[in-house]
Amino acid sequence: MGLLEAIIISVIAASTPLLLAAAGELVVERSGVLNLGTEGMMIMGAACGFAGCWLTGSTFIGALCGIAAGCALSLVFAALTLGLAVNQVAAGLALTILGVGLSGLIGAGFVGEKITPAPHLYLPVLTGLPFIGKILFGQDGFVYFSVALVIGIWWFLYRTRAGLVLRAVGDSHTSAHALGYPVLKIRLLAVLFGGGCAGLGGAFLPLAYTPFFIPGMTAGRGWIALALVVFSSWMPGRLAAGAYLFGAVTIMQLHAQAFGLGIPSQLMTALPYLATVIVLVLISRARGSAGSVAPASLGIVFVPDR
Amino acid sequence: MQLVLEKRVERSTKIAILSPLLAIALTLVTMSILFAILGKNPVMALYVYFVEPLTDSFTLMEIAVKATPLVMIAVGLSLCYLANVWNIGAEGQFIMGAVCGSYLAVVTNGTDPGPWVLPAMLVMGAAGGALWAMIPALCKVRYGANEILTSLMLVYVADLIMDYLVRGPWRDPKGMNFPTTASFDPVATVPTLFETGRIHWGALAALIVVALATVMLGRTIKGFEIRVVGAAPRAARFAGFNSKKLVVFTFAVSGALAGLAGIIEVAGPVGVLQPGISPGYGFTAIIVAFLGRLNPVGILIAGLFLALTFIGGEGAQISMKIPLDLTKVFQGILLFYVLACDSLILYRIRLIASPKKAAHGTA
Repeated sequence: MGLLEAIIISVIAASTPLLLAAAGELVVERSGVLNLGTEGMMIMGAACGFAGCWLTGSTFIGALCGIAAGCALSLVFAALTLGLAVNQVAAGLALTILGVGLSGLIGAGFVGEKITPAPHLYLPVLTGLPFIGKILFGQDGFVYFSVALVIGIWWFLYRTRAGLVLRAVGDSHTSAHALGYPVLKIRLLAVLFGGGCAGLGGAFLPLAYTPFFIPGMTAGRGWIALALVVFSSWMPGRLAAGAYLFGAVTIMQLHAQAFGLGIPSQLMTALPYLATVIVLVLISRARGSAGSVAPASLGIVFVPDR
Repeated sequence: MQLVLEKRVERSTKIAILSPLLAIALTLVTMSILFAILGKNPVMALYVYFVEPLTDSFTLMEIAVKATPLVMIAVGLSLCYLANVWNIGAEGQFIMGAVCGSYLAVVTNGTDPGPWVLPAMLVMGAAGGALWAMIPALCKVRYGANEILTSLMLVYVADLIMDYLVRGPWRDPKGMNFPTTASFDPVATVPTLFETGRIHWGALAALIVVALATVMLGRTIKGFEIRVVGAAPRAARFAGFNSKKLVVFTFAVSGALAGLAGIIEVAGPVGVLQPGISPGYGFTAIIVAFLGRLNPVGILIAGLFLALTFIGGEGAQISMKIPLDLTKVFQGILLFYVLACDSLILYRIRLIASPKKAAHGTA
């Protein structure tokens, strides 16, 4: 296997958890809700996903457990922000703190255990093709699902009536409410969807990326996913591009360390975080003149007047 | 039948006082259930967590030691949150304060430089925290970058900078290759208040911070400006308050306080710069700020309460083998209940027969 091929395969693997979590958050934010708890939902997805897989021996059941964990946490978030009109920023932070603690509690018993990593697709002729074979036809299920998910979200948002309603709710909840759309119900569904995606993104880490669980193994990926949504201007296509770009930065850092260029390893590890800050600044600056493209009702509490 | 929120005509003062207490009560109930699930006796566990630390003078002082950084950071954060500025990177500002202040302690180590070292360290610690906080503040006011994400990303960067220093240039040559600086000289150490125990002058500094913040918020134009910009941005613009300057100001103050807390922690109870100087003070302080209702005196009480959970959690781990992560779970659940109960100050929850009928009834 050539070096470039190996790098591309590892970039895709590093990008997939970001893409899964960010795609879910994009839908949440398009409905006008800012859920900052992505990191908490991801780490819970990782812990529960690993637990599910370890107990049953099935990657698929593990992934479902991860999704369920993400949904469960996002339901708590929805109850607070949609049901009780709590500040979304504060509730999102609480969700992350809770998720990190709970995942440590659940995962404590599984530290040091190993599972069989998710199987990779194998097609007799196609996977054997030089260069593109492994990249296109030799990935695990998570990777294919993440690509399908982004395409599906694009189709849903721009080609279906329900997607139009969801965007309307995110851009002006008062107007959508006046037209008779159930704003809170739509947002609840979006938040649950985002929770499931974040949980799956987290579950990818112990199920496919490294076949074991370490407390805090998401290492800020949830926050990077949030930054990706801003980076993408809330558009699915750009989101995918951004996720692969960040995956590339992560892998570049690993390779630079392996080559031992004399750069402190800490600086290389800090790269994805620094890149996030720089990208946010560049994106925000470029947008300065054109005005914000964020959903207009993003993060604003909605209490229907009856 | 359906539950709906109804805006109160006036904020309920009764619930404003009751809400943190209600939140704590609900958290304790939830914790009891969790203890039972873990197979521990809930009554025993709650006793070990919340009562036992209060029965011993040593642990009482430890609570004050842990509350010191929490209160200092949370007071700074409360100014940000009151102004609707979301600094959640206090953990990074805490670390950078510790790093910048430690610089002097490291370079003067073993040279007996004189009593100026400690005050200079404290100044450098506060400056380091404030400068680190300036990055997200300036990114926000100059380019409009979201301060939540930038301030948080910088936590990871600060942690890695410290890691690099204590493993590389600042490592104690006699430290058996452990990632730590040499122990600070006595002149570079915050003195303890009493002969026994670890309670130090930093605890008094935290009290002074609470007093100053109370005066500033209640008695000065700046405090008024902070509250107006946060509560009514439009009105603040009409009043001529510059919200960008306020972003820089609140970030600078909260960064300086977090940095000061960092250097006091390192030069006080810890005594060296090493990884893991903070068990997440910067994040727990967010909970402290909200539990204290963004009010300095409230924060003092909330800080002591959360310090109690740290100490109680350690005790429960030793005597009952309860995992330390439960303390974080406890803190997360507490923040949820605090936020939920706060909602009752502004809204009334009503049970109505059916949403359609009610809409006709009140319209």
